[in-house]
Amino acid sequence: MGVPSIIEIKGLHHVYRGHDGDTYALGGVDIHIDEGEFVAIIGRNGSGKSTLAKHLNAILLPTEGRVLVMGMDTQDARLLWSIRQTVGMVFQNPDNQIVATVIDEDVAFGPENLGVPTPEIAERVDAALKQVNMMPYRNHAPHLLSGGQKQRVAIAGVLAMHPKLLVLDEATAMLDPVGRAEVIDTILALRSAAKMTTVLITHHMDEAVLAHRVIAMDEGRVVTTGTPAEVFSQPELLESLGLDVPLAAKLAKELQRSGLPLPDGILTAAQLVNALCQSS
Amino acid sequence: MLTNVTLGQYFPGASVAHRLDPRTKLGMSFAYIMVLFIATSWLSYSVLGLASLLVVWLSQVPVKMVLRGLRPILMILSLTVVLHVFTSREGVELVSLWFVRIYSGGVRQGFLLAFRLVLLVLSTSVLTLTTSPIALTDALEVALRPLRRFGVPAHELAMMMTIALRFIPTLLEEAEKIMKAQLARGADFESGGLLKRAKSLLPLLIPLFISAFRRADELAMAMEARCYRGGEGRTKYKILKYSSLDAYAVASFVVISAVALAL
Amino acid sequence: MTIADGEFVGIIGQTGSGKSTLVQLLNGLLKPTQGTVTVGDVTTTDKGVRLRPLRQSVGLVFQFAEHQLFAETVAADIAFGPLNLGVTPDEAAARVDEALLTVGLPLEMKERSPFELSGGQMRRVAIAGVLAMRPQVLILDEPTAGLDPRGRDDVLARISALHRERGITVILVSHSMEDVARLVNRLVVMHEGGILHDGSPREVFRHAESLATIGLGVPQATEVLRRLRLAGWSVPAVALTLAEARQFIVEAWRERGGGA
Repeated sequence: MGVPSIIEIKGLHHVYRGHDGDTYALGGVDIHIDEGEFVAIIGRNGSGKSTLAKHLNAILLPTEGRVLVMGMDTQDARLLWSIRQTVGMVFQNPDNQIVATVIDEDVAFGPENLGVPTPEIAERVDAALKQVNMMPYRNHAPHLLSGGQKQRVAIAGVLAMHPKLLVLDEATAMLDPVGRAEVIDTILALRSAAKMTTVLITHHMDEAVLAHRVIAMDEGRVVTTGTPAEVFSQPELLESLGLDVPLAAKLAKELQRSGLPLPDGILTAAQLVNALCQSS
Repeated sequence: MLTNVTLGQYFPGASVAHRLDPRTKLGMSFAYIMVLFIATSWLSYSVLGLASLLVVWLSQVPVKMVLRGLRPILMILSLTVVLHVFTSREGVELVSLWFVRIYSGGVRQGFLLAFRLVLLVLSTSVLTLTTSPIALTDALEVALRPLRRFGVPAHELAMMMTIALRFIPTLLEEAEKIMKAQLARGADFESGGLLKRAKSLLPLLIPLFISAFRRADELAMAMEARCYRGGEGRTKYKILKYSSLDAYAVASFVVISAVALAL
Repeated sequence: MTIADGEFVGIIGQTGSGKSTLVQLLNGLLKPTQGTVTVGDVTTTDKGVRLRPLRQSVGLVFQFAEHQLFAETVAADIAFGPLNLGVTPDEAAARVDEALLTVGLPLEMKERSPFELSGGQMRRVAIAGVLAMRPQVLILDEPTAGLDPRGRDDVLARISALHRERGITVILVSHSMEDVARLVNRLVVMHEGGILHDGSPREVFRHAESLATIGLGVPQATEVLRRLRLAGWSVPAVALTLAEARQFIVEAWRERGGGA
């Protein structure tokens, strides 16, 4: 055993039972996520990526297959709260996950639920607010913050529970570019400061390229997985899944076809320009 | 438009009245109302009235804001006075004009009751003006705790109040947005009779309800994801603490009430 | 600022730059504190101005427009606008069909509840609800926010076709430089309640530095060229599409003796 797995998913199926028939959301998913990893899950709406996210902290339970969080089976009801403490979730709508009327009270909500002693809650709240750079807003009312600030508060609320894994379920989908940048910068800062294991679910490919590993999903299955360079060097496949390819990657491919000697795996404008300068 | 509505009318500050523990304030307000109902003489009311003015002065809240709280009850006040003045048959007959007969007892009763109402509203508005909604919610939870054994869900009620306070501005903002969207589609919320107006509100109310339910659903999930499982085993981030200030306040209150009732 | 009949105008700017206020001024939802807004021959601040005809001619699709859906069926929701304008039920029904086809939804969807649809479909129903009023000017406030790439491309293609085929004046408020670069023929950049730039996308994206100071970017294709120029390549400053960028780079590369 090398690095321990934080998430181990084996043969996961999920079926939503509705009154007008069943909907198959996940059809046999096998994924593992190791400690310290940064994984992006991409896929269009309805590809099953959000259903998958909700299995990571036992909001949904498998119809078939198993989900293990640090070895804890999500089907074991006795482990529910340890699993949820281990996996922190940030959701899509910034307005619908802040509970309290004051920011610091909201960050304290999780630790209060866990029964953390009062003096320690205060420490955790301060530390979490500092980590997301929201300390100056601690006494503000949530409805006066921008979308990006609200999502940072939501991240702080999760961090105060001392999770092992941070899951962002389309947490940037409703934000403007500034808000998105705030959230992504916060994640990158957490990664460099605390090596926080992160799962980022998104349909913004410029966010996915920042991860170590990309998992592309469609129709409830994993279609391809690999480093961003590996995944985004298949523009035809991604486009058939209804996804974007970063323009720099696509342009590099086209330039290769026009006969320019460029290496594979170019993802950003900076990489492309570097490669071009070396090629001539 | 709608977002200009001020709610909970909390007036932030650091006065003596603000610094009191919310439980003390809630308890004293409650006791004050009881004293108001026990007191009967004008002298008692004068003492209680003076005490109220003292508290308003101590709270450093602009008098205008305190008086604004009285505006909605003006109708009730006038009605109270009028009803008593014209219907009571106690005391000495003061005026006798055609069928109108006014007795001294009625006048006395009417004005006493009105005065009692004014003081009652005054004390509760000072309470809400000097106590943040969240502190008030905490105090309510403590106040309701003894009733838990009778099945009153103290923690759940307090949590509901917190969430309501949290989402009122969000929903108001949303209502304004939907209203504008429907206006842009040629909706008319203002003209027509009562029935037509009520019907014209549907394109505003239905999306608002749907949104509220969707928000409730998502919030519930987010709360569960953060390990919320009711009040059992929960600790508190901000613990309410009594200070010597509370002791002085309660002592003064007891003395003033005793004097008022003795007179 | 004047917008001519038949233009396709993009408006970009940070949240709070005044974009939303501007579009609401255009159909009389907001009235100017100072100055005037005239649409056709209607000035919104005139005494006794009738706002309904104005709102008919200027259709406004709000951000997350699916939140305004309310009726029991898709057809009833789309017909809400036309019926408010006083058209006959038959005419409204005809407009429902037309609007559904315009946004690319099947007519069988008419009798379904709008709340059973997917997010992307709901967004289109909401847009159809505005189109059914037959506006001469269509204003869309971030019509693709929150949609996935395929949904976004579909909606934008429909809007673009509307402008091309029917000559409707379109004003598109967007955060995406890629989208406006591809679609509009005039771009207005707003900052702190004023207009910072106004011109064709090619002219506006020349000002990469000035845009960066107010927190806006340029299209990726332009960004690649900008970096190449900094590295000493002689390429044009602006490319609006991938094909353009490819052509410029290949030409410059050959000039530099690459591939020889």
